[in-house]
Amino acid sequence: MVTLTHYLTLSAVLFSLSVAGIFLNRKNVILLLMCIELMLLAVNFNFIAFSRYLDDSAGQIFVFFILTVAAAEAAIGLAILVVLFRSKQTINVEELNEMKG
Amino acid sequence: MLGLIFFYTFAFVLIGAAIGVITSRNPVFSALFLVLAFVTSAVLWMLLEAEFLAVVLVLVYVGAVMVLFLFVVMMLDVNVDQLREGFTKYAPIGAVVTVIMAAELATVFWLRNTGLPVLDTPAPNPAGYSNTKELGAVLYTEYVYAFELAAFILLLAIIAAIVLTMRRRPGLKVQDIAAQVATRREDRVRLVSMEPERD
Repeated sequence: MVTLTHYLTLSAVLFSLSVAGIFLNRKNVILLLMCIELMLLAVNFNFIAFSRYLDDSAGQIFVFFILTVAAAEAAIGLAILVVLFRSKQTINVEELNEMKG
Repeated sequence: MLGLIFFYTFAFVLIGAAIGVITSRNPVFSALFLVLAFVTSAVLWMLLEAEFLAVVLVLVYVGAVMVLFLFVVMMLDVNVDQLREGFTKYAPIGAVVTVIMAAELATVFWLRNTGLPVLDTPAPNPAGYSNTKELGAVLYTEYVYAFELAAFILLLAIIAAIVLTMRRRPGLKVQDIAAQVATRREDRVRLVSMEPERD
């Protein structure tokens, strides 16, 4: 039978892959945003698996709110990206050094 | 047994799609692989009997967020080759971190698998059971405050996105309705007293 461990391992693999994606595509802001979406998906997997196996719907409610916040984050992130590209003609992280942080 | 076959099929598709997202040369392909990952996740959530969230994932993520991503990816004229500099340079350390992290997490899960009651597979929900009804029953009672906060966050996101991307371009010949309506007679009509012309 499919156990909780199966789902948790799948989510761990997914999360690790998205961390690797941040390492690999560290210059492309769009890819970074996509990797963050993938990470949130992995976290949601954990919540839903635990909600099912503990028989508690609170996990699913939490996923609902995570989806809401992630959608808002994606919208604002992409808006910032568009403004950034309009002013600098690039989305390369290396060239975004205005603030000298 | 059938559940296991379904789980492994979709799990491998999901992992393949995730690998596609992080290794594609073209950001458009990455976005499309991410769509595949979301759809596959929705199927897996169906297997976990979270039907409402599975449908919401397809509607909100595949339908709205990923379309927005694709729109932005195609709108921006990005030099892909320049952005992929250092891809192979950082691949080894990325792989090392990934493998260590996945191994650590998986070890915790497998060692924990020692007869905890949590890990027994629950019985499937009875026929006629509504996941949406159950979620709605707690969402509008117990979590109503958080629900309203979520609505406020979405409103904030709308306003922020509009404010960020709106710009006034100079030299654009658009009508300014307010200025037209607010015009007074004195602004437009000028009375000139002059000698009558005769010939």
